[in-house]
Amino acid sequence: MNAADWVVLLGTIVGIAAYGAWRTRHVRSLNTYLRGSTSAGWGTIGLSVMATQASAITFLSIPGQGFESGIGFVQNYFGLPLALIIVCAVFLPMYRRLNVYTAYEFLGQRFDEKTRLLGAGLFLLQRGLAAGVTIYAPAIIISTVLGWPLDLVIVFTGLLVIVYTVTGGSEAVALTHKWQMAVISAGMVTAMVVLLLRLPDGLGFTGAAHVAGALGKLQAVDFSLDPSRRYTVWTGVFGGLFLSLSYFGTDQSQVQRYIGGASLREGRLGLMFNAVLKIPMQFVILVLGALLFVFYQFAPHPVFFNQAEWRRHAQDGRFRAIEAEHASAVAQSQSAIRAWLQARAADDTAREARARAAMVAASHRTHAIRAEAKAALMAADPRAKTKDSDYVFITFILTQLPHGAVGLLVAVMFAAALSSKASELAALGTTTTIDFWRHFRPLAAADEARNVRVARRFTALWGIFAVAFALFAGFAENLIEAINILGSIFYGVLLGLFLVAFFLRRVGGSAVFFAAVTAQALVIVMYFSLNIGYLWYNLIGCTACIALSVALQAVLPPRAGAGVSRRG
Amino acid sequence: MTPAPRRDERSEAEPPGVPGFGTWRRVYLFVFGWFVLVVILLTVLTEIFS
Repeated sequence: MNAADWVVLLGTIVGIAAYGAWRTRHVRSLNTYLRGSTSAGWGTIGLSVMATQASAITFLSIPGQGFESGIGFVQNYFGLPLALIIVCAVFLPMYRRLNVYTAYEFLGQRFDEKTRLLGAGLFLLQRGLAAGVTIYAPAIIISTVLGWPLDLVIVFTGLLVIVYTVTGGSEAVALTHKWQMAVISAGMVTAMVVLLLRLPDGLGFTGAAHVAGALGKLQAVDFSLDPSRRYTVWTGVFGGLFLSLSYFGTDQSQVQRYIGGASLREGRLGLMFNAVLKIPMQFVILVLGALLFVFYQFAPHPVFFNQAEWRRHAQDGRFRAIEAEHASAVAQSQSAIRAWLQARAADDTAREARARAAMVAASHRTHAIRAEAKAALMAADPRAKTKDSDYVFITFILTQLPHGAVGLLVAVMFAAALSSKASELAALGTTTTIDFWRHFRPLAAADEARNVRVARRFTALWGIFAVAFALFAGFAENLIEAINILGSIFYGVLLGLFLVAFFLRRVGGSAVFFAAVTAQALVIVMYFSLNIGYLWYNLIGCTACIALSVALQAVLPPRAGAGVSRRG
Repeated sequence: MTPAPRRDERSEAEPPGVPGFGTWRRVYLFVFGWFVLVVILLTVLTEIFS
């Protein structure tokens, strides 16, 4: 990175944070601090929802996913539009009618205080522990590639987000989200344009797409019913619906984005904006990864993209031999691709079939050498990080983009990290203030200025906790997966609580509370005693919570009164 | 305290205010239709490039 890159990077990232803090420095109203501007339109809400979900890992890992496994990952998002329709039709009107600050207040009004505290506690536990990872995960990649000190990156991003989130609360979060999304969009378009321009002469987008397709990178959908396949239309629609409903309907970091705004209409349109755009957006990012794969069939590239890790371990002749073998395989693959393209252009079917088989074989050989490189790393150090797909896009950025654009793309990563982090901190601060502090200090609830001060302090404390956790996390292995497991263990029961609240009106507070506690204990026991994929715990927790609620309500006295009804 | 429920929220009967969509049900149907169209287009893309 040169001076131009630094100017673009610091100008955008620090500039947006400073603008957000300055514009919202006079926020004194609790409503504005916790729910954002009361005049926010659907565009602001829609972009804020999108920015919250799009973390830095989205822009680092998903192109790598397209590079490594193709675009089939897009199916993971198939349940999202359906979940957002349900949130729009059921969840959002109820939250707005009850005028709640957090989703868990709804549980308190529908059931009782203990169920509200349980829901809020599950959220704080899961999201609070994940808080450090949203800073740590991109910081480790950026610091590794750019050679910056990891601790410095963590502290810089952490302090930046703490300053504007604490200053302006939800209003600052929504305001900065708009500009951060603008930076992200501009950066990704720039990367795509440069990538297309860097493809070999005569190949073009269509040729590159045909190469990517022939090498299995453009299989977007898979209707297979084989349960061993990771990404299919069915897992996407059903699993994705379930996960998206948990995330958008019950996670305060998302609920807080759409619960405010000028009216119910604005919130609904903001969510529908995401329902329409999310799959195409993920598709474009994955296609970028597939095109990167084609690009690197013609351009020199390392056998292992995390070069810092490679250099740390690749000391002896065995690694040099792998590098030489890889360079030779890439050259062969390139020749095979050119031969296939020529056969296609000549419309010679038999020759094309032979060339295609040779091209696929060459690609498999390159893939096998990459696998051999990872195995060699593991043999050299069993603790070596062998997943390098997260480093593919950032390597392309740093080696292929012109100066200025490099700064912009690094700014994309920071903007994405800050945008998801800010929503998380605001949600943690709000939930701690509203669902816990005010619960134990009911007399203080009427003092608005004090409430805002307390919310600021809790937001700052969560930010400091996240930074400290991220600094410590450098010592932990497989942390990201551990946090995903933690999320799966708690998300299912949390969604179960809300589904009972919305759809099983006969079930009362005591039944659902004890059902949720039992379901949670069941999930934890199963996690420690069974060996099944952790995503299944979402389904198990939710189903157990609902089934046990119904069973317990059958033996408990009927609930007194209807409480909060869906029709008000 | 948490603000009182919004009694004046006309909301649920409030039309989407999007040209061509008189009710929210139509908006949801449009989004669902768009989703189906996207899946069909992705299926076609898979067929063309596989």
